[in-house]
Parts: sequence; structure tokens; C-alpha cells
Amino acid sequence: MRVELLFWDGCPSHPKALAELREAMVDVALDPSTIVVREVETQSEAELERFVGSPTIRIDGVDVQPPGEEPVGLTCRVYHRRDGRISPTPDPADVRDALRAARASTPERR
Amino acid sequence: MTATGDHAATFALPDTEGTMHEPGGAPATVVVFTCNHCPYALAWHERIVGVARDYADRGVLVLAVNPNDAERYPRDSPEAMRARVECGEFEGVPYLYDQSQSVARAYGAKTTPDVFVLDAGRVLRYRGAPDADHEDPAQNAAFLRGALDAVLDGREPNPVETPPVGCSIKWRA
Repeated sequence: MRVELLFWDGCPSHPKALAELREAMVDVALDPSTIVVREVETQSEAELERFVGSPTIRIDGVDVQPPGEEPVGLTCRVYHRRDGRISPTPDPADVRDALRAARASTPERR
Repeated sequence: MTATGDHAATFALPDTEGTMHEPGGAPATVVVFTCNHCPYALAWHERIVGVARDYADRGVLVLAVNPNDAERYPRDSPEAMRARVECGEFEGVPYLYDQSQSVARAYGAKTTPDVFVLDAGRVLRYRGAPDADHEDPAQNAAFLRGALDAVLDGREPNPVETPPVGCSIKWRA
């Protein structure tokens, strides 16, 4: 399973997002040291990556909160917590659920 | 750039209906740089509107200013600003468009949101975040409310400055 966190340095939310992602990995018995952290620095990189804002967390290429029609760009991303609050980071419960679902659908290696 | 204790620049900016607004003429004025697309600005928004509502009877003027480059960030266009106003999201708070970004530059604004509290003489008395945690509505814009209470009572705010927290202002290239 490939877990990636993409960020843009113009938005201050990625340290918190990374800390919460690491906690979620531990919670679902995955190794947080395997997280791939990548910086998106330019608009052309954002377009190449289909990056709709910072932070973006992908598991095997799938966004933990599908961005829908969000435009690609160097910006902070708007998330909604489960209680309805707007947040710069995804709800940790959503991240854990996405990790569990991805793990369940990943064939075990023998 | 305006530092606490300095006279803040005056300005005249249009709201979403084209009516011009300027700071001053009030015992205290709040100028908050904000926008439509930033999660920090959105998370704090209702708390700032709550301040405008709660301090209206003490004559406090709250002006929201969007300084972002709307060409690169279409969500911050005047049309998008007007849509939010028409939805009732800015009750009691004129939402102004700083198209040239000159006001944001004069104030030294860095993020959305970035809050500036001016006294009756347009002297900057507080600058920074609305409160200590955008994630916690119970904070209720405590820094901003504390600064307003101090200014209205003729005292020095404590703190006079906090680091602004939010999305970087989207300057024109």
C-alpha cells in the first residue's frame, strides 16, 4: 500500500496533517515510516499531479476525500470534519476509514 | 506596513454592491483581511461575524477585505464574494474588494484571516489572529474581543499582537 501526503509550502496545514496521518497509520497497525511526503512547488507540478490543494492524502493513488470538481492549484484545501466544521485538514476518522478500506482490499503478500 | 501604535492607512474600498467604505468614524474599527477559498478564513468566519453582531451596539465597525488575486483564484472573484453576501454570510460586515491589493500592502497583511483593530484615532492597537485556535469555536475570537474591550475601555490590549494564522495572501505575479 502506498500512502502519500502531498503539500504546498504556502499553506501551514501540512505538519498537522502529517502528524494526524502518522497517528492514523499507527491506529490501524500500519507503519507510519512508509508515508511518502512530496512537496508540490509550481502550478505546472500541481497540474501534473492533479493537485487541488494542500494537504492532499492519497492511498494507492486514491484521495481520502475525493475532490470532486475542485480546481487544480497551489492553495490550501478546504475539508469538512464529521461534525460539520470547516478545517484545513481531513477528519482523522475519515483518514483511518480510508486506510482500513485500502488495507482490506489489498491482497496479502505470502 | 503598519505596526501597532502607528496610524493605520485610510482607504476607500467598494463592497459587493459598489458602496464605498472606509475605516474610522467609530470608537473602534476592525479590518479583517479574509477571502472565500481559505479554510482558515472560513473556519473563523462565523466568529468574526459574531463579533460584529455583539459589538454593534457599542459602535464598533467591522470591515472584511478580500485582497486575493481573483484571476489566479477565481473563487475570490467579486461575483463569488457577492454570492456569499447574498447568502447572508456577512450580516453586519461590509465585504470589500481590494483589487489593487494596495490596502493589504499598506497594512502589511500576510494571511487570510489577518485581523487589525484600530482605535477612534485610527491607531493600530491589535494585529493578528482572531483567537488561539481556528479548530475550536469555543475560543470565540477571544483575542479580537479582548482587544476591542480594551480599546473601548481606553486600555492597552493584551496581547497587542499575535502571529496571523491562515493562507498566504495571493499576490499578483
